[in-house]
Amino acid sequence: MSLDINTKKAKKNAYRISKERGIGASRVRVPGGYLKAEILGMVQKIAETYGNGIVHLTTRQGFEIEGIHLEDMDAINQMLQPIIELLDINQTEKGGGYPASGTRNVSACIGNNVCPFANYNTAKFAKRIEKEIFPNDLHFKIALTGCPNDCAKVRLHDFGIIGMTMPQYDPARCVACKACIKGCKNFSVDALRMENYKIVRDTEKCIGCGVCITKCPTRAFTRSEKKYYRLSIMGRTGKRNPRLGKDFLIWADEDSIVKIILNTYRFVKEYIDQAAPGGKEHIGYIIDRTGFAEYKKWALDGVQLLPETIVNECIYWDGIHYG
Amino acid sequence: MGYKIPREAADNLFKGLGKHYEIFAPKVFSGEGCFSDTGIIRYGTVRTLAEIEFEKKSDYSFKEALLPINETCLYFTENTSSVPAGEEKKRLIFLRSCDLHALRRLDAIYLENGPEDFYYKRRRERTLFVLMGCPETCDTGFCVSMGTAQTDAYDLYLKVSDTFVWADCKSKELSPFFKGFLEECEPETAKSVSLQVEPEFPKSNKESVTLPVSFSDDILSHPIWEAYGNRCIGCGRCNFVCPTCTCFTMQDIHYRDNEKAGERRRVWASCQVDGYTDIAGGNSFRKSQGDRLRFKALHKIRDFEKRFDYPMCVGCGRCEAVCPEYISYINIINTLAKEGI
Repeated sequence: MSLDINTKKAKKNAYRISKERGIGASRVRVPGGYLKAEILGMVQKIAETYGNGIVHLTTRQGFEIEGIHLEDMDAINQMLQPIIELLDINQTEKGGGYPASGTRNVSACIGNNVCPFANYNTAKFAKRIEKEIFPNDLHFKIALTGCPNDCAKVRLHDFGIIGMTMPQYDPARCVACKACIKGCKNFSVDALRMENYKIVRDTEKCIGCGVCITKCPTRAFTRSEKKYYRLSIMGRTGKRNPRLGKDFLIWADEDSIVKIILNTYRFVKEYIDQAAPGGKEHIGYIIDRTGFAEYKKWALDGVQLLPETIVNECIYWDGIHYG
Repeated sequence: MGYKIPREAADNLFKGLGKHYEIFAPKVFSGEGCFSDTGIIRYGTVRTLAEIEFEKKSDYSFKEALLPINETCLYFTENTSSVPAGEEKKRLIFLRSCDLHALRRLDAIYLENGPEDFYYKRRRERTLFVLMGCPETCDTGFCVSMGTAQTDAYDLYLKVSDTFVWADCKSKELSPFFKGFLEECEPETAKSVSLQVEPEFPKSNKESVTLPVSFSDDILSHPIWEAYGNRCIGCGRCNFVCPTCTCFTMQDIHYRDNEKAGERRRVWASCQVDGYTDIAGGNSFRKSQGDRLRFKALHKIRDFEKRFDYPMCVGCGRCEAVCPEYISYINIINTLAKEGI
């Protein structure tokens, strides 16, 4: 049977062209990894109707429905429609499937819906970013994690958002039990000590993880009303120079982070290598070329940072250099 | 004497009370729970009825309104010391039946157990207690089992709805605040009406306990202590939320800028937290969490009773609800009773 498939178009419609001729896979993106269980049933139905009955759980919190015949893409797109609507995905054409390619699913750890350590609702923030940036062909990887444990491995992303809280201490409620000191020492960065039976927090050392707050038995330590984030940037995997992201902002707010991400899309449009294959180039390599100072100028354009936000003025990445 | 007062008038009455009394009541402190985006119900000062959490049981008991977590007992300089002045305003404390029974335990420890405690006494004498009803049982309480579900030892009982407030005022001191409101309650007759307002008490709980009838020495080596002790993390939450735990420790603070001046504080202590049984020479007695759990449980249901003829525990169930390791105090008591120890 002859097959006439525009593979570029198929890829931009979230289909993989597999190693087996005529066979692809349908990629279902789930922002923040947060979904109603009924979507699982819909994915199952597509896999059993058009695929080979197997679904791969992707590393970026999606489903890859295996073994679909490329000529069935239109029919599958119809079946994807209720999923796309339930997940509130920005869509250019109703019934046209996922309109995404370069920008990858915004992934997140389970966050404070469930996890006692998380400092914010990661899924909610992930969805906010999703609404702002999709669909988009530029190669961006963004991930969110609830606390500095970084279960979501956000430091391997272009933008890694790590939840923080500014510990609030009420000495009148403190019984000097040292639960916070032990917690900070055993699970975090040992930023607390006792003076005159009260806690002194080393603000230079404190990473805002919130362990002191969860450990405190009397509510002497509580969370700040404001939610704060550490923004790690330009981490990456890949062939040439895999590396961990470095802190750009510490004690930043949600609005500033969203603006910086949007500004970065503008920066990339300006400076991307015009000869980049498929119009995709990792942002980190672009910044390596322009220098961090130029990137920072673009990134912070029009951003009103909180007075308490710490900006790293210079960033030098390291990692492993292969080429 | 009973009153039924339109809500708006009751709100004004409450404002009037606030001018004369510092009012302590359970409040929701949103965002101040252990975990992100969770709240906590604990005591704080209130100026309006609307601030008071009437429905849910407070996570922390009323005792911090009477026994501050940190209390300065005296200030000292080189050769002199002085006692801090007491509070200017009298206090009103809102609480439930189980907590009023706990007050009796606090009184026993601080006023009837040897010399009277000066600091407790001066605050206690200037405090009145406002009962909040329990039309429904809470989740973890077992007040019915402990005989603390009902009380008449209140100064004032208040029940609120959006439209009316019902009150039963037993205190002569508080009754003047209600006088002006009698006519407002039955405007059509323009007469003062005698009204019976009965507090709402829970008739049954979801949880029940059976206290052991007697205790043999076998209880000391019962495997339950080691089993639960292995799970306990020694955080002390069970003590800090308990309305009847009264232990404190002393702290002498020398001010950093001038070490010849300072203050002596007493601060809540927990028999579950490291350091509680430390003595001079570096020894300490109950080293394992199992030993500490045993000490606490038996104090609540046996040792206090030996001295005062009634158990210390009032069955509020707060320790049951707060334990991060899901150690069930209710199950401990019932296990001991079942095994006939």
